[in-house]
Amino acid sequence: MSVNPLENGHYFADNPLRPLELERGERLLYRLTEFGRILWEVGIDVGPRKMLELAETLNYIDVTNKEDFYNTLKCSLLARHEQEVIFDQMFLYYWYMRDRQNKKAENPRGAAKRDERQMRLPPSERKRLAEHMNANEQQRKDLRSEMRQSERPRRAHEHIDDEDDEDDANPQGTAYSAIEMLRKKDFESFTWEEVQEAKKLMAEMRWNLGMRPTHRKAPSRNGSYPDMRRIVRRNLKYGAEILELTWRKTKRKPRPLVIICDISGSMSLYSRLLLHFIHTISNGLMNVEAFVFGTRLTRITRQLKRRDVDDAVRDVSKSVQDWSGGTRIGDAIHYFNQKWSRRVLGRGAVVLVISDGWDRGEAGVLEVEMDRLQHSCHRLIWLNPLLGSPDYRPLTIGMKTALPYIDNFLPAHNLDSLINLGNLLATIDDSRPLRSTAARRKAAAAWTNSGVK
Amino acid sequence: MEQEQQVSNFDTIENVQRAMFAQSYIADRSLATTVFLALKRRKPLLLEGEPGVGKTEIAKVLAAALDTKLIRLQCYEGIDISTAVYEWNYTRQMLHIRLMEAEGIKRQEELKEIFGPDFLMKRPLLQAIDEENAKTPVLLIDELDRSDEEFEAYLLELLSDFQITIPEIGTIKAKEPPVVIITSNRTREIHDALRRRCLYYWIDFPTLEKEYSIVLARMPGVPEKLAKQVCYFVRELRSADLYKAPGVAETLDWISSLLALNQLDLVEGPVRDTLGALLKYQDDVLKVGGSDLFKVVQKARGAS
Repeated sequence: MSVNPLENGHYFADNPLRPLELERGERLLYRLTEFGRILWEVGIDVGPRKMLELAETLNYIDVTNKEDFYNTLKCSLLARHEQEVIFDQMFLYYWYMRDRQNKKAENPRGAAKRDERQMRLPPSERKRLAEHMNANEQQRKDLRSEMRQSERPRRAHEHIDDEDDEDDANPQGTAYSAIEMLRKKDFESFTWEEVQEAKKLMAEMRWNLGMRPTHRKAPSRNGSYPDMRRIVRRNLKYGAEILELTWRKTKRKPRPLVIICDISGSMSLYSRLLLHFIHTISNGLMNVEAFVFGTRLTRITRQLKRRDVDDAVRDVSKSVQDWSGGTRIGDAIHYFNQKWSRRVLGRGAVVLVISDGWDRGEAGVLEVEMDRLQHSCHRLIWLNPLLGSPDYRPLTIGMKTALPYIDNFLPAHNLDSLINLGNLLATIDDSRPLRSTAARRKAAAAWTNSGVK
Repeated sequence: MEQEQQVSNFDTIENVQRAMFAQSYIADRSLATTVFLALKRRKPLLLEGEPGVGKTEIAKVLAAALDTKLIRLQCYEGIDISTAVYEWNYTRQMLHIRLMEAEGIKRQEELKEIFGPDFLMKRPLLQAIDEENAKTPVLLIDELDRSDEEFEAYLLELLSDFQITIPEIGTIKAKEPPVVIITSNRTREIHDALRRRCLYYWIDFPTLEKEYSIVLARMPGVPEKLAKQVCYFVRELRSADLYKAPGVAETLDWISSLLALNQLDLVEGPVRDTLGALLKYQDDVLKVGGSDLFKVVQKARGAS
């Protein structure tokens, strides 16, 4: 449906379907609640309070005017531009199409039954809806089977290796060293059990991000701004003599963190664990925005808000269309710069790009976009899983192009590297890293020549 | 009595549309419905949209149409009670205490007096709910996304009760809730709790026809041919892959620039020279001003 307000009118005029007659009174109220419930099911936040207010609001308009009815519902129930399309679809579905196939059932019990049935969408609708929510069923299945396949043989394989150790596997005695081993082991060679263990360890990690000065002042003993309101109050007792001074100082707050993670084919061995990592870090920090990309960029911040990591990762995979596809880093960052940077990079954000730098797009695009990205954030950190291997050199065109615009280049191949990242994040201060052309060239050259130091 | 008259002007959606049009604001029916409901139910109206599509303008137009005061609060990071709600006039307080001391007045009375309304400086939010207002004002909270979470939380409280408590004076409550317009450019997400209390409307870029009528309404006397070409040209730009697409404000700005150069037709040279009125990023200027400019200009000329 068009988001253009002018065209919404046409959408009623041109609609081939004859709209249902609206009933007034209780019946309408009932249908409204049902509609609210449907909206809630597709993820539009419609609480009872909103529904009550809507019922009140409808008194002011002529509910038989379909366009006004639609506009009123929309401005009352919707609170986000992103959800307009889905709202329009649900509106069309519920108020125009839903009852057409069920005209016969008339007795109240039947009606109740019918309504219950209708609360679930018919298969065709459900599919359309699913497609709409970016959930490509087939791709999800592919992903699932792919994961199973990649896990199973490895599990069988590792099992044989592990058999010798099993006798002296004393859970208490070896726990510490086992964790030590796990922390150093490359994600790539994790067994299923190790993945579970790693998930637990990640969930226990505590995150800290450097603070930024805000423009707000808070009372303090040793600030540098006089707190006039309190000074006057305190010194009243001395007459008009000011004998005691009180101060305010700049309040500090954690910086926002923006994660842009590559989930293309070349990253597939890492992407699931990295998603777990992104989930823990977004729950551990105040202000985290997360995006994933392969050929296109998808925002996954909302999905990651779910407390349970498996639910969250499932939601993410539902909404991402290009799992394990090709990579176009330049295009993804271009899209980010255009659509999102203004919305999420204010307030001294730290940006974390996670990618192996295999890029099939144009290097020119990537260079321009990396430059812009670096200019719009406080610190640009690039995590590369391949950097963990001792003989890795950033020689792919994508990585080489991006390297001069990165403030910190870090590995992300095992738990230890993530802990190192945590330490780095905690120490980010107000000073900006050196970003002159000469410094960039030098740093990039150092990486290309010597690899891991 | 007069107020009654005014309110009745906004009794139907059509009348709202008409009243806004009288102030040279072209509102779609959907926008007019939302404004109508915001007025009727006295709920805050949250407007989002790209910069330059006329979010702030709605508040100005409404204030003019309702013939009432517009109180504007421009948000910025760190905005706090002393700049948004009220502040005591410290200098006057100090002087007053000295004066009273000289006259030998007792302490208790002093206290009462120096924290009285005479020493209070009212900032926009307090002005908006002041009982002394002859007419309910329009309160514009502009670019709320620039403020921080602390301020948003404070606003939440204010918007649900329309009352402010000053410890030294007491609670001040609006006789009638003001008309509240909140705008946001989405440089930060407004919290859900605040969204829930508002009616929401997303203002999109106008269609070609709508923009044309906006130009004619806003700039009476502009040559129709130029207006058509400009609108067409701007629409083409919006579909291009730009870092910042021009808003309606930029369109109007550009037309004034072209008129100042005595242009009655789009011609490549002057268009190139005045692109700065339309595009605000060097990358965008380079992209549009490239080899394709001539083609787009020709297309726009052809379209009129």
